Amino acid sequence: MLSGVTVRFAGDSGDGMQLAGTQFTDTSALVGNDISTLPDFPAEIRAPAGTLAGVSGFQIHFSSNDIYTPGDDVHALVAMNPAALRTNLRSVVSGGIVIVNEDAFTPKDVTKAGYAKNPLEDGTFSNYRLIKVPINKLTAAAAKDTGLGAKDIDRCKNMFALGLVYWLYGRPVEPTVNYIKSKFSKKPAVEQANTLALKAGYAFGETTELFNEQYQVPKAKLAPGKYRKITGNEAVAIGMVAASKLANKELVYCSYPITPASDILHNLSTFKNYGVVTFQAEDEIAAIGAAIGASFGGALGVTGTSGPGIALKAEAIGLAVMTELPVVIVDVQRGGPSTGLPTKTEQADLLQVMYGRNGECPVPIIAASSPADCFNATIEAFAIATKYMTPVILLSDGYIANGSEPWVVPQFDKLEKIKIEHPTQKNDDRGFMPYKRNADGARPWAIPGTAGLEHRLGGLEKQDVTGSVNYEPANHEKMVRLRQAKVNNLKPAGPDILWTGPTSGDLLIVGWGSTYGAIKAATLELRNAGVAVAACHIRYMNPLPAKLAEMLKNFKHVMVPEMNLGQLRLLLRSKYLVDAKGLNKVRGQPFTIGEVVAGAKSLLGGEVPAGAQEIAMAGAEDAGIGGGG
Amino acid sequence: MSVAPTSPLPVLKAADYATDQDVRWCPGCGDYSILMQTKKVLAKLGVDRSKTVFISGIGCSSRFPYYMNTYGFHSIHGRAPTFATGLKLARPELDIWVATGDGDALSIGGNHFLHVIRRNLDVKILLFNNRIYGLTKGQYSPTSEHGKKTKSTPMGAPDYPIRPLSIAIAAGATFAARSMDVDVKHLEYVLERAAKHVGTAVVEIYQNCNIFNDGAFDYATDKTTKSDTTIYLEQGKPLVFGNGTKGIRLREMNPEVVDLASTPKDDLLVHNEQAQPAVPFLLSRMRQPDLPEPMGIMRSVEKERYVSVVRAQNEEALAKQGPGDIQQLLDGPETWTVS
Ligand code: SF4
Repeated sequence: MLSGVTVRFAGDSGDGMQLAGTQFTDTSALVGNDISTLPDFPAEIRAPAGTLAGVSGFQIHFSSNDIYTPGDDVHALVAMNPAALRTNLRSVVSGGIVIVNEDAFTPKDVTKAGYAKNPLEDGTFSNYRLIKVPINKLTAAAAKDTGLGAKDIDRCKNMFALGLVYWLYGRPVEPTVNYIKSKFSKKPAVEQANTLALKAGYAFGETTELFNEQYQVPKAKLAPGKYRKITGNEAVAIGMVAASKLANKELVYCSYPITPASDILHNLSTFKNYGVVTFQAEDEIAAIGAAIGASFGGALGVTGTSGPGIALKAEAIGLAVMTELPVVIVDVQRGGPSTGLPTKTEQADLLQVMYGRNGECPVPIIAASSPADCFNATIEAFAIATKYMTPVILLSDGYIANGSEPWVVPQFDKLEKIKIEHPTQKNDDRGFMPYKRNADGARPWAIPGTAGLEHRLGGLEKQDVTGSVNYEPANHEKMVRLRQAKVNNLKPAGPDILWTGPTSGDLLIVGWGSTYGAIKAATLELRNAGVAVAACHIRYMNPLPAKLAEMLKNFKHVMVPEMNLGQLRLLLRSKYLVDAKGLNKVRGQPFTIGEVVAGAKSLLGGEVPAGAQEIAMAGAEDAGIGGGG
Repeated sequence: MSVAPTSPLPVLKAADYATDQDVRWCPGCGDYSILMQTKKVLAKLGVDRSKTVFISGIGCSSRFPYYMNTYGFHSIHGRAPTFATGLKLARPELDIWVATGDGDALSIGGNHFLHVIRRNLDVKILLFNNRIYGLTKGQYSPTSEHGKKTKSTPMGAPDYPIRPLSIAIAAGATFAARSMDVDVKHLEYVLERAAKHVGTAVVEIYQNCNIFNDGAFDYATDKTTKSDTTIYLEQGKPLVFGNGTKGIRLREMNPEVVDLASTPKDDLLVHNEQAQPAVPFLLSRMRQPDLPEPMGIMRSVEKERYVSVVRAQNEEALAKQGPGDIQQLLDGPETWTVS
């Protein structure tokens, strides 16, 4: 009996590893485990077969306890070829299981992966439990009577591997059998071949003596409720639909395809019967322009993109700030700069979304902390945007966008409605004043089609109240400050901080975004070891939570783990004059729990040189970098 | 345009569409005339101000929305079509006009110009072509002549000019027309036709910038040369100009000038707004000094509008799948219960 296990499927990008991983996740969720996943795929759709660049992986952590990350160490690795083995073996714990497809270890493939000789024969595995399985041959034998050609049968290898891992951890094959049935309902031979391969894999585990035991991971003791599995991008998409229903408004989603945000567009384009309008724009600028145009018309205009797209949208975001129109901008961050690492995660857009525009251009920013949190964060973004008449930026990243976790499905009726009013009457003796503000600092959202409220908006500076073009010095200063004050004083529409532990102590770990799981788990681990530590996870990046100033003072040390070179740290140091130390990782991979724990220990152990702002990270040496900075 | 007055409307005057803002174009600028003719056409058609939106980018022409007492949006450089697209998607019933210039539409906004036309979104685009950058004080524009000496090209513009209507027609424009600021009657006619067109309409308007490019269109507006340098298109009529003395004939797909004293009128190209795109494209390429420049409606055809297609897909999804159940959407494909 095990409490938690991490499995990684790795193979060529054409090997169907993402599908095997997703199926394993779905089944594990259904049998009641807590889960957390980390898909990891190459930027190229099909990098040359068998190369290191073409390796695609999917990691699943499933447990009978609450878990917060996809797992630090891999307990069982499935490697479909030598390249997959080479790139993934170092993640496997000592004594861990390594299942390899021995048919793929031809001399040619071994060389392609950069091995001097066949690693299956040279003692590489003395520390692991190596299980060699001729997956090609066994799959071919299982599906030989389906009438499919060799190539099609070969594509069922992933199902064989999945079946084998199902047996290893005692999970049922039925959910995947059903999945195959619905997916290939129009191709009976393909359905049959996949099902046979899956069952053959399972049977292989059962009948051979390659494994001495089967492992069981019992159900997690999750809080009672109705659960589903959800990825961050799915949560953003359905969060948008929910927001539009809560606001009783049409959603107009305008986007240009970009990794890793495109799935939001794909999802929403299938929700047309929910009154969702989707627009695939000609470019990033057109996407936000259309979103702003839709908002001007009284719909919920929204655009989604990644860092490079945010750069292109900057001028238009400024226009939305100036015209004070509600528009939501989703940034699913990826590794940068420039095209960077399109399929890998990073949180290096924080300063871009805070400050990357001309002029004084404040925009509220909400950062989702997990795949499921994307749902609430999205609704909050719309609530803030429409209440305060402002663009709002929602930060996600590649890790939470594609990663998944169980989510207690909310009762829609219990969600708070988003109240929106469009004026129909003049608001002043002089006529309609488009920039006459309410107590929240918001201007009225009068929409075209309303007789008598015709007005003109634009990017030129506005006269206070009347909204006429105005270049007077005093008016400009007043308007700049009014726009800033509106953002500074806004009330969060959800928790602005997620807190773990007590409110004072030796160390406060401050994080934001997708590092939540790793930081929380590390904090709990450190507390169990007797360390006086707490974690403060920020959801509202702009304005920063009001109580933060106070909180930071109650701890001797402050550590800020971020997947960037210290962007939140910079904000904290400048705003609160606190000597925050960064724990910074920019490898396109999320933090492990162990890395955060090690960082905390190193800081508390006095290993950070005086004056240094960054804590040296374990493993940083092999990148040729050190802390300090 | 979806205006179909059903009840008798109050008689509107051009002045009813004016705002209280002082018009800030240079005295003598061609923009004044375009503003006036637009107001006249809206008044004539009895257009509802509250359901009309003028959207612009950046440049002298883009001041336009401030002077129209309708809804308006003065956006950012080159992007007016994008705001128009979102607005139209959200509110298909609105009448949307885009005011733009040669720099705005063809340089920084070239991409959006193409796509708003190819989609047949259903907006009216007024392209003020003055062949210069006015607001930034006199640099050459994408429509400036090759070799033109300006502040930024003291030795002459090295680029070759782009022809707005060639682009529009190549992008599949369902309505493409040309007029001139000073030819007020013709401009009014063209604007009225554009207003009534169902689909995206592109109207190129030769506009004199009397500060930075004065006289750029004298050849086409001067009473003494006008009849030889321009040719007015009329549906179903042969292409005749030069006070009835000359015509345009197509030979091996090349338009050529013929003398009507020696060539029968039957040989001339007969104007057809619904002709294959190749024909209006040829018209859009005719340029001084070789050929007279066509004025009028080069192309006007019907085609389903983008917004109708999008809306129809939503209707179809609704009809097939029924109104979406939001709780079902939250539940997703599979749930499990922990008790
Ligand atoms: S600069 Fe030229 S185009 Fe601009 S307003 Fe003056 S005359 Fe008109």
